[in-house]
Amino acid sequence: MNFEKVVFGFFIVLALTLNFGFFIGTIDNPDHHNVYELFAAIVVSLIATVLKFGDRTQMGALLLSTSLVADLQLIVAALIWGIAVHVTETGLTPSVMSSIVSLSGGALLANLTSVVLLIIETVTLRR
Amino acid sequence: MPNSQTKTKVFSLVMRRMRAPLIVLITAYSIAILGMVLVPGQDPDGNVWHMDFFHAFYFASYMATTIGFGEIPYEFSNAQRLWATLCIYLGVTAWLYAIGKIMGLIQDPAFKRVLTQNRFIHNVATIKAPFYLICGYGETGTLVIRALNQRNLRSVAIDIRPNCIDELSLDNLALYVPGLCADASEPEILRAAGLESPYCAGIMALTDDDQVNLKIALSAKLLSPSLRVICRAESKAIQNNMASFDTDHIINPFDAFADQLAIALHSPDLHQLFEWLTHMPKTALAERQHPPHGHWIICGYGRFGKAVHKYLQFEGIPCTIVETSPEEAGCKGQCIEGRGTEAVTLRAARIDQAQGIVAGTDDDADNLSILLTAKDLKPSIYTVARQNNHSNEVIFNAANIDLVMEHAHILTLKILGLVTAPLLSDFLRLARHHKNQWAKEVVALLRPIAKGSVPDIWTISINEQQAPALIAAFKAGSDTRLGHLVTDPRNRNHRLNTLPLLIKRQDTFIPLPQLREQLHKNDQILFCGRYGVFEQMSWTLNNLNALRYIETGYNRPDGYVWRYFSGAAESKSWPKAIDERNQPRS
Repeated sequence: MNFEKVVFGFFIVLALTLNFGFFIGTIDNPDHHNVYELFAAIVVSLIATVLKFGDRTQMGALLLSTSLVADLQLIVAALIWGIAVHVTETGLTPSVMSSIVSLSGGALLANLTSVVLLIIETVTLRR
Repeated sequence: MPNSQTKTKVFSLVMRRMRAPLIVLITAYSIAILGMVLVPGQDPDGNVWHMDFFHAFYFASYMATTIGFGEIPYEFSNAQRLWATLCIYLGVTAWLYAIGKIMGLIQDPAFKRVLTQNRFIHNVATIKAPFYLICGYGETGTLVIRALNQRNLRSVAIDIRPNCIDELSLDNLALYVPGLCADASEPEILRAAGLESPYCAGIMALTDDDQVNLKIALSAKLLSPSLRVICRAESKAIQNNMASFDTDHIINPFDAFADQLAIALHSPDLHQLFEWLTHMPKTALAERQHPPHGHWIICGYGRFGKAVHKYLQFEGIPCTIVETSPEEAGCKGQCIEGRGTEAVTLRAARIDQAQGIVAGTDDDADNLSILLTAKDLKPSIYTVARQNNHSNEVIFNAANIDLVMEHAHILTLKILGLVTAPLLSDFLRLARHHKNQWAKEVVALLRPIAKGSVPDIWTISINEQQAPALIAAFKAGSDTRLGHLVTDPRNRNHRLNTLPLLIKRQDTFIPLPQLREQLHKNDQILFCGRYGVFEQMSWTLNNLNALRYIETGYNRPDGYVWRYFSGAAESKSWPKAIDERNQPRS
């Protein structure tokens, strides 16, 4: 068992599960989407990105790019949240909430791709 | 390609090393932010208030970087202050760790080496002109690169000694010469230095290790078979080995010098011509040497002594050898045992009857001592010294020696004869077949042109790229002659300060061509002249109006309007000369 692989897999899967947890629920209802969960998703996604740094294989490059997509989507979602609440002070109206959640839905797809790639890599290597 | 490979190497090296510090930073920030959100505070009205993520991130950002804007938006509760205290230590430590890691990465020798190698590869790739790859930036390499620089040729240097490459960056060269500190016997390094580049004109293996030179030549011949390879070799075995795989030029400094000495003996003017054309550019011209034909003494029968002995015997000059251990050295013929530094030995070698003496040991002090003793015994004797170390140049100059043989110098002259201009080596080869009288005439022609310093040498190919005006003139029916090219484009009654040395037409060579020689397409012409003359000549080569003026004396007006006003009958054909003066003077 390779400890590095355990940590790597843990963070990638955790990024997906947290993201999914935030995403699930009625799209425009703020009660269904927990801000802590978004925070955790961002942190874990960032860590997962850094873990992919410096991998020189083709698979590593692909994993890094999917992770970067997830980061981008989640950070933009958090930015919209912060701007809506503190800068424009519109509050979490259904339209704001649905754009936040749909962005996180995009990140979910990217994270899903990451996990699929990870599974493919593991299956083909079989070591 | 080695280029992209090392680039990814640098990138992934940085990324890999950045993993730990970045994760530490992200973790520290997230702990601080989460804590700030969870720890209860109080707003001014006394209600329990929780900081939101937006403010927590803001606070963590200025707290961890020790900027510190204070407690906002409301004054902190004690619980919040407790947490903030913990976070300060956590955040600042994380930052210090991350910065320390980044600094360490920048200082890392492996990283630095990859970075310099990368920069070197990039610099070599940006050279878009023919360049020579020089392996070994020692004394010879330094001289060759300087000379190439003055001839406006690019070069790239590799040397295994770091201080040599440092010196390269300190040497004040007009053209930038990329240098790398690496082992030139590694093929990968040669590739990085542009061995396979289409602009690489040749490679020179000039290190003082024969084995390394051999390996460089071998790699060059295998990786890029069409490339010109110039090699230094000091032992016969290595020389033969290099010749076995068609190394283009193998230079043995001892043989090269002995050959020069032999030429100076049988045709001193030819020797002078060689010196003038192959010397370091812009240096003073060498004086004519008159080595005597009488009896010679050779002190030291090593590689140098043997080479000189062989060539002197070939010239039919009787020699006496002075050697400390004659049996070991394998002396043949007349041989005296001794060092040569003491008068007794030299007297035993019959210095009273000798006309010339060669001090050829591998010790500079001994060599000087031999020659000074010899001059004491016989002031009129012709002295030849082997100088082993470049740093002794000053004392060798002061000793007033007739001919000094220095490794680096001899090698450089030989190499410059090969690379200065494409046709120069052909000219020098042809010159060897001529009599001394011929060389004397060439020297007489060169003297007013050179005016005391080594002249510029260049080659012109008559083709669309280098001489578009000539090609256009040929099409219009002109019979341009060599004399037209050496005419001043500003005044056709003046001659440029240049001497055409050689014309190459297909496979035939015309040395010292006449000025009325008619030019043809694809001719190659070797010129020698003052610095700056080539630029004036380019004017004739590129500008049809200038060429027409030189050939015919017509100053054709530019543009239709001026031609209309000048009333010149426009004809497509080449005009007849307005006078007979245009006949090139020979």
